[in-house]
Amino acid sequence: MTALAFPGADTVAAREELERERRPRLDKTMSAAEAIRRFVCDADVIAVGGTNHARTPMALLAEVLRQGRSELSLARPLTCFEAELFIATGMAAKVVTSWVGIGHGWGLARVLREYVESGRIDYEEWSHLGLGLRYKAGAMGVPFLPSYTMMGSDLGRRLELAGVVCPYTGQTLYAVPSLNPDVALIHVQRADIYGNAQIDGYELMDADVARAARRLVISTEEIVDTDSLRLDPSRTTIPGFAVDAVVLQPLGAYPHECYGHYLADEEAFSSYMDAVRAGGSKGAREYVKALVAYPDHDSFLASVSQARIQKLTEDAKGMMPR
Amino acid sequence: MTALSERRVAAHQGLDPRPDEVMTISASRLLEDGKVMFAGIGQPLVAAALARRRHAPNLTVILEGGMVGIHLMPGELPDSTNEMRAAIGAEMLTSATDIFLMAQRGFFDYGFLGVAQVDMFGNVNTSLIGDPSRPSVRLPGPGGANDILSMCNETVIVTNHEPRRFVERVDWVTSPGFLSGGDSRREAGLRHGGPSWVVTDLALLDFEDETRRMRLRSLQPGVEVHDVVAATGFELIIPEEVGVLDPVTEPELTLMRHLNGETASPIENGDHRAE
Repeated sequence: MTALAFPGADTVAAREELERERRPRLDKTMSAAEAIRRFVCDADVIAVGGTNHARTPMALLAEVLRQGRSELSLARPLTCFEAELFIATGMAAKVVTSWVGIGHGWGLARVLREYVESGRIDYEEWSHLGLGLRYKAGAMGVPFLPSYTMMGSDLGRRLELAGVVCPYTGQTLYAVPSLNPDVALIHVQRADIYGNAQIDGYELMDADVARAARRLVISTEEIVDTDSLRLDPSRTTIPGFAVDAVVLQPLGAYPHECYGHYLADEEAFSSYMDAVRAGGSKGAREYVKALVAYPDHDSFLASVSQARIQKLTEDAKGMMPR
Repeated sequence: MTALSERRVAAHQGLDPRPDEVMTISASRLLEDGKVMFAGIGQPLVAAALARRRHAPNLTVILEGGMVGIHLMPGELPDSTNEMRAAIGAEMLTSATDIFLMAQRGFFDYGFLGVAQVDMFGNVNTSLIGDPSRPSVRLPGPGGANDILSMCNETVIVTNHEPRRFVERVDWVTSPGFLSGGDSRREAGLRHGGPSWVVTDLALLDFEDETRRMRLRSLQPGVEVHDVVAATGFELIIPEEVGVLDPVTEPELTLMRHLNGETASPIENGDHRAE
């Protein structure tokens, strides 16, 4: 296997595409439905922003489920139950990750287990830094980065990672192949209409994901004037020229958390996990069926107890350092 | 009550700590003041919080979500390395990739890991049980563990001592210990770090310098060598002199239960909310 055997590892093609298809400074705001229709295709490698239950682009992912896609590869360093929605519905053919779990005491990812243990999903396991360096190489426009990550382990052996010899010291390191995902979905705290976006708290890998992605859809808690970004420009982690679409979506990561805005809704985790405990992947499919029956994220949110959402919001704001 | 649990209660002077509590307290005692520790959720974080309040106030705790110098509040220890509770009050928030690159650079004195399986050379499996191509159990995977064991200056493994965990060969090397022993870790290209201690509910173990095989160093109070041998699925190196760890103390146990949120406010003096 060579590095190019990994989907999304063609950094030269990503660069050539970028030179052909610039993202001019235009108003990029649009609905989630339009953004997903225009920028997410069958067989795409999708980089899912955030990690675990932090800043998961839930509204955008739900729209992908609503419209339906096939043969997707989902890449995310720490994966939570969002991936199971794509696995159970047969939309995902592959998961690229360093970890999958539900969190909040819910233990192992049951649907993922069911599919991996019966050989029905292609599961590609990387180290956390391995996936981070794949995005970083993609963001830097180079085909690989050298690292000690995964050396000596069965992760590197199974992936058939190649070594690279340092021309100065003779030392051998792993050459971690780049990843320029076909499309990335990232949720942020604020952005302007051009896509200049600020992430509060932990950026995780999203600055690199945004630079590496061949198409980029961001959802944002709020849209602000460009002038207000100028007040704290070091917090702007995604430049507008990397962005294809800006979707205004308050509570866009719900039921996962968004730093400074709302905590994760553990009751919503329970309702998903209760469905899976009762019916395995069938339970997950029923959960998706109910989710996509709402025409959009706002109508899904309207079905949730507003008192609960208010509490998650107030608790998050109350935790902020001052 | 088994003989072992009776011996344990006697050895801990009637305190009756749970086995996981004994293990977490032992792990916390290994942490030195002024060092930098890469922690995971659960026991490592509790061990760190305990150490910071007892003997290591200048221990800097790192989480893989990008948090440096986190602030640990009693009863509010986070569920995830990537959530607000883990981040609020940190000295620095950076990217997740940057955290691991700092590990590769060599800034982190300790990594702390839990395991599904560990073998005689300290190789760790958190990925799968059974045949790798069609596992009988798919586990969560490395998360940060592969990088922690590959890159931190030393790594402490903290786990219950059971034959199903202490196996001759792990089913899958998620995170590299000393591989097949001797110089094999270095020959595989890993020039730094490796497992230094294994802390369990039965014992404290390390790795012999030449063979890099796991070696019994000290017993938890009330535990005998045959208990450790019976709970280990491979042949341990057992030196002539085996120590005994100090019993858990009442202040340690009380503080740990408070940090875990199991007790409301047991601390007799000082502001226990502020670290």
